[in-house]
Amino acid sequence: MKARVTVTLKTGVLDPQGKAIEGALKSLSVAGIASVRQGKVFDIELDAKDEASAKTALTTACEKLLANTVVENYRIDIV
Amino acid sequence: MVRAEPEITPALVAEHGLKPDEYQRILKLIGRTPTFTELGIFSAMWNEHCSYKSSRLHLKTLPTKAPWVIQGPGENAGVIDIGDGDACVFKMESHNHPSFIEPYQGATTGVGGILRDVFTMGARPIACLNLLRFGSPEHAKTRHLVGGVVAGVAGYGNSFGVPTVGGSVNFHTRYDGNILVNAMAVGLAKTNEIFYAKASGIGRPIVYLGSKTGRDGIHGATMASASFEANAEEKRPTVQVGDPFSEKLLLEACLEIMQKGCVIAIQDMGAAGLTSSAVEMGAKGDLGIELDLDAIPCREPGMTAYEMMLSESQERMLMVLDPAKEKEAEDVFRKWGLDFAIVGKTTDTLRFVVKHQGEIKADLPIKELGDEAPLYDRPHVPTPKKPVLKSSDIKPPVSNADALIRLVSTPDNCSKRWVWEQYDHLILGNSIQQPGGDAAVVRIGDGPKGLAMCTDVTQRYCEADPVEGGKQAVAETWRNLTATGALPLALTDNLNFGNPEKPEAMGQFVGCVQGIGEAARALDFPIVSGNVSLYNETQGRGILPTPSIGGVGLVDNIEHTATVAFKAEGEVILLVGTTIGWLGQSAYLADVCGREEGAPPPVDLVAERANGDFVRGLIRAQQVTAVHDLSDGGLAVAIAEMAMAGGIGAKIEAASGLDAHAWLFGEDQARYVLTATVAQAKIIHDLAAKQNIPLTTIGTTQGKSVQLPNETAIALDTLSHAHENWLPNYMAHAG
Amino acid sequence: MKAAVILFPGSNRENDVVRAIRQATGKQPHIVWHGETQLPAGTDLVVLPGGFSYGDYLRCGAIAGRANVMDAVRAHAARGGLVLGICNGFQILCEGGLLPGVLMRNRDLRFICKMQHLKVERADTAFTSAYTQGQTIKVAIAHGEGNYVADDETVRRLEGDGRVAFRYCDANGHLGGLANPNGSLNDIAGIYSEKMNVLGMMPHPENLIDPLVGGIDGRGLFNSLSNSLAAVA
Repeated sequence: MKARVTVTLKTGVLDPQGKAIEGALKSLSVAGIASVRQGKVFDIELDAKDEASAKTALTTACEKLLANTVVENYRIDIV
Repeated sequence: MVRAEPEITPALVAEHGLKPDEYQRILKLIGRTPTFTELGIFSAMWNEHCSYKSSRLHLKTLPTKAPWVIQGPGENAGVIDIGDGDACVFKMESHNHPSFIEPYQGATTGVGGILRDVFTMGARPIACLNLLRFGSPEHAKTRHLVGGVVAGVAGYGNSFGVPTVGGSVNFHTRYDGNILVNAMAVGLAKTNEIFYAKASGIGRPIVYLGSKTGRDGIHGATMASASFEANAEEKRPTVQVGDPFSEKLLLEACLEIMQKGCVIAIQDMGAAGLTSSAVEMGAKGDLGIELDLDAIPCREPGMTAYEMMLSESQERMLMVLDPAKEKEAEDVFRKWGLDFAIVGKTTDTLRFVVKHQGEIKADLPIKELGDEAPLYDRPHVPTPKKPVLKSSDIKPPVSNADALIRLVSTPDNCSKRWVWEQYDHLILGNSIQQPGGDAAVVRIGDGPKGLAMCTDVTQRYCEADPVEGGKQAVAETWRNLTATGALPLALTDNLNFGNPEKPEAMGQFVGCVQGIGEAARALDFPIVSGNVSLYNETQGRGILPTPSIGGVGLVDNIEHTATVAFKAEGEVILLVGTTIGWLGQSAYLADVCGREEGAPPPVDLVAERANGDFVRGLIRAQQVTAVHDLSDGGLAVAIAEMAMAGGIGAKIEAASGLDAHAWLFGEDQARYVLTATVAQAKIIHDLAAKQNIPLTTIGTTQGKSVQLPNETAIALDTLSHAHENWLPNYMAHAG
Repeated sequence: MKAAVILFPGSNRENDVVRAIRQATGKQPHIVWHGETQLPAGTDLVVLPGGFSYGDYLRCGAIAGRANVMDAVRAHAARGGLVLGICNGFQILCEGGLLPGVLMRNRDLRFICKMQHLKVERADTAFTSAYTQGQTIKVAIAHGEGNYVADDETVRRLEGDGRVAFRYCDANGHLGGLANPNGSLNDIAGIYSEKMNVLGMMPHPENLIDPLVGGIDGRGLFNSLSNSLAAVA
């Protein structure tokens, strides 16, 4: 089973990298960019018997390591 | 799954960068058509980067010996004896082409490679330096390249944990399509614990250590020897990615097993990876090498023999271990979480044999792979001499005060704080003199000894007159070390030039090497390691000839060094050396008058040595309070830098018989500015008279402004503002 | 005083802090490998040194914060034992749950290494007794991710409980503006745990212990620790 975990900064947490990317896109005249927030993507292969147990494992992984829940949110997608 | 190997055709041979006559040489040597893997091996071993085929003949003329030289060129790095059983290990190397394509990764792997060269010899790195050359600030790519390269140098050194203490950053339109990233590393070892590449013993296991092998950098060394065309950016996939974390672990693991006596021979996998490291170990030890590629730790499945032999994945080492201590070594590597695999053995056949999946992929004579590499005496023509310009023919376009403000704020002369504040220059707690001075001084352990180090070259001098320019690069390095109070001991060079197949470019190379040799001999400053980077040209136009010199000197007592900053008001400012006001090829002529013309200042090596020895004596006897060497921008810029560093101004007197602009901005060589108390200044004058050293009192430290003769005083704040702001403003400008 | 310096793969300022502790106490601290599950018996002070543990991969301090040895460090702290985290050590303490908040990328997105002034917020802790309250000291900073961020409630609590240890300031002790090198909330350079026995700080006092290398303002921190532990013993 394969999953994708997306970790993003919580709304309201300052994201200087996102700001810089946003500025760069604007200076490249890419039309219609309003704002940019950056994050991380993890592609994970699992050895799980079903989707529920995979989700449980991934939630633990996010809470314990992949995301710093002080400033980050995470989303799990089984693909 | 094994992919079918391509047939060897003239087109394939050409793609490997081998000329038809070079291919004939291969056929003659092995008596048959090479396999695809063998062709790859030859292309890696015989390209310019590994074989020095255009430069070897001339490099042989350089002085490389001195009683304190333990190891000269030919090993991973040079080694010098610095007393008390201590050795200093250092080298400089280029990563020019990869850095242009991908500045961050190009720079990181450049730093990583040079650090590996140093710790492969058994030394713990204590400092990094660099020399960077970028295109014109107006060029569309320059800002991006500066940002990426600086971040890359910082990203690797900071994480690895070695202070980056010095460097040089210049800009010129001739580097627009071909920047220079030269990185230098300095390490410490014990004189009786130096490790070499030479393998010994038959049937000994060859061990692979470090990171896994991937497809990155395949043909990196070939790329480094091919000149750039407009589509260079399409070459991106061959750029390697640096991993300072793995390298830090590799450092600790290597030093640990060296300490335990496990290592017989060691070679870093740098350019041309497994191929050149294995061949070098065997050839140096008069042994054959047999590799079994099935054992190579790979990052990706399905890698071919060809790919494994040419991969330039970083952070890898090859070793011959003492069989009795193999287990001990393996435990150390496992502890640090690094790959460890036995991938072959030494043999008595003098053959380089590569096996993969039950097939022999290569079987070549090992000594001949290096020894029989082509050697060229390329045609070369000397650069025509330029006329000597008279200062009276150069009319000052602006007041001298305005010229000084302009000169401290040019891209070349402005403060590089924006750069070196991104480098951790304080880690290890031994950085006695930090970036911004003439040279860095790093304490050895708890002292009292220290090492001074710096990198220099004035490429516009080299362009105008390669011989004098080569001399000047060495002399200025020597002078910068001397200005801290150090005794210069040895240098490493990184010779960056254009296309050696063009007689003019080859002439520049030959001229610079001649000049470097003359200066190194006269100053007892031998070359102990180095690197040659040719084919630095874009669309037929070469870079300025840039023989970077990295120097190392010994400080006996770190309590007795000198810095550039003025220390107190009311001190006497002294000038050591002769001034005739040489403006040809000066920064003043280029940046104030907009002319890059004339012959560069000649270098009097006898005066250079006498004046430097005199200044060093004064520093060591603690008779002077500040010292600065004179270089770009001449006397006025040196005074301004000393004033800004100390927050104390100066009043400078006129010189009789010289035009004011020539006196202030001339770039005559072999000169230093000193400060001393009034009482000491008298003693210094007497000493100078006795030793026939030209010495002039030129002014006094005072106030908060710099007062040039017959000019409006310039407030220090105005100077500092101009000096500090150019680079941050430039980099802040949205690209 | 018995000090233990924890070594993670990628730590690189461990020898700098060892030197500072040795200078203050005359004793060589123990080096403890990250895989250990126990601290040496009788450890008074645990130091998490600067560096790039695990290459700063994932997030600074994230992987080290979950290493085996951190359970022992947390137990030591729970017993009231002293813990000092410098730079990457501070990041590890935050990721390891010993201190609140998080260290984000610097405001200007660049690594920054320079001399930096700090204001000592209080001089009545085991870490700062050799300083005076409100004193301005000069130390070094060398980090790319030192921008302290926490939610409003946490910051209010830190401020209300007097748990801010050091603030960035200029040479004259003024806060704010360019004196703040990385954008940290409230100019925070270091914070204490609730019981004031855990200190995390971004700057490097261990690099300012020598008049030849920038100055000696960092010695106060190590002397404070040495004094307070000598008083206990």
